Amino acid sequence: MYKVKVFVTLRESVLDPQGKAVTHSLHSLNYPEVADVRIGKYMELTLEKSERDIDEVINEICSKLLANPVIEDYRYEVEECVAQ
Amino acid sequence: MKFAVIVFPGSNCDIDMYHAVKDELGEEVEYVWHDTDNLDEFDGILLPGGFSYGDYLRTGAIARFSKVMKEVIKAAEAGKPVMGVCNGFQILLEAGLLPGAMRRNETLSFICKPVELKVENNESIFTGEYAQGQTITIPVAHGEGNYYCDEATLEQLKANNQIVFTYQQNPNGSLADIAGIINEKGNVLGMMPHPERAVDSLLGSADGLKMFQSIVKAWREAHVVKA
Repeated sequence: MYKVKVFVTLRESVLDPQGKAVTHSLHSLNYPEVADVRIGKYMELTLEKSERDIDEVINEICSKLLANPVIEDYRYEVEECVAQ
Repeated sequence: MKFAVIVFPGSNCDIDMYHAVKDELGEEVEYVWHDTDNLDEFDGILLPGGFSYGDYLRTGAIARFSKVMKEVIKAAEAGKPVMGVCNGFQILLEAGLLPGAMRRNETLSFICKPVELKVENNESIFTGEYAQGQTITIPVAHGEGNYYCDEATLEQLKANNQIVFTYQQNPNGSLADIAGIINEKGNVLGMMPHPERAVDSLLGSADGLKMFQSIVKAWREAHVVKA
């Protein structure tokens, strides 16, 4: 079994209205050191082992469904674990 | 002309769309559930607004993989008119039938109000009944209508005359004030404003009816041979 942590974020070139609002809010809470906030998504997937290459499978899943490549980037971490 | 209104779990403008076609336009129309695997009997496909699959993950992201979408893509490739409104537009973007993507509105708020649109291209099958440059009033109702595409795509949209409607006062932060676009071939249209909610002056505006009339007129010109 694998535990896969997927992080989906808006591309650098894409304006993030949520992040901008949170930046403003942090400034009004008197944290002038906050230069920027970008908001993304964190997903945990549990994958069974198969004959397919795990990276190939995850990249397919991410580019097909979990992230929209027009506006989002993704990265992931894979952790092997024992089935419970 | 026979229209299909595609119904996904969470669609909520399907009844308005059906009403616009049946009662105001006076053409044939049927509700079609998302697990249908054949759209051959229909001449035009309408994807209504709403919150398909709860808008989970991203708007339109899950609906895009429902069974009927394979048929919608087939219909689009066959040249049938396909119109996606609001959530329908978002689904067409996710499906890759139209270029670009939607972001949260710039203000982060859900916007629900009539807006003025400029008809940027009246030569499409969806807009033939409008005058070029005409201002029409159509309501919007969305939280994620902030259209985005990269610069190269925007240049292409402009060069091919694919930007059909723009906002007079941009409500959501959309790139280049874009409210509605067509594909390169011109038979797939996506727009955030709701023409089906503007088909009777009793409801504030009847400006949307001409969109439906345009589709029928273009279809008749192409398909009905004069006896």
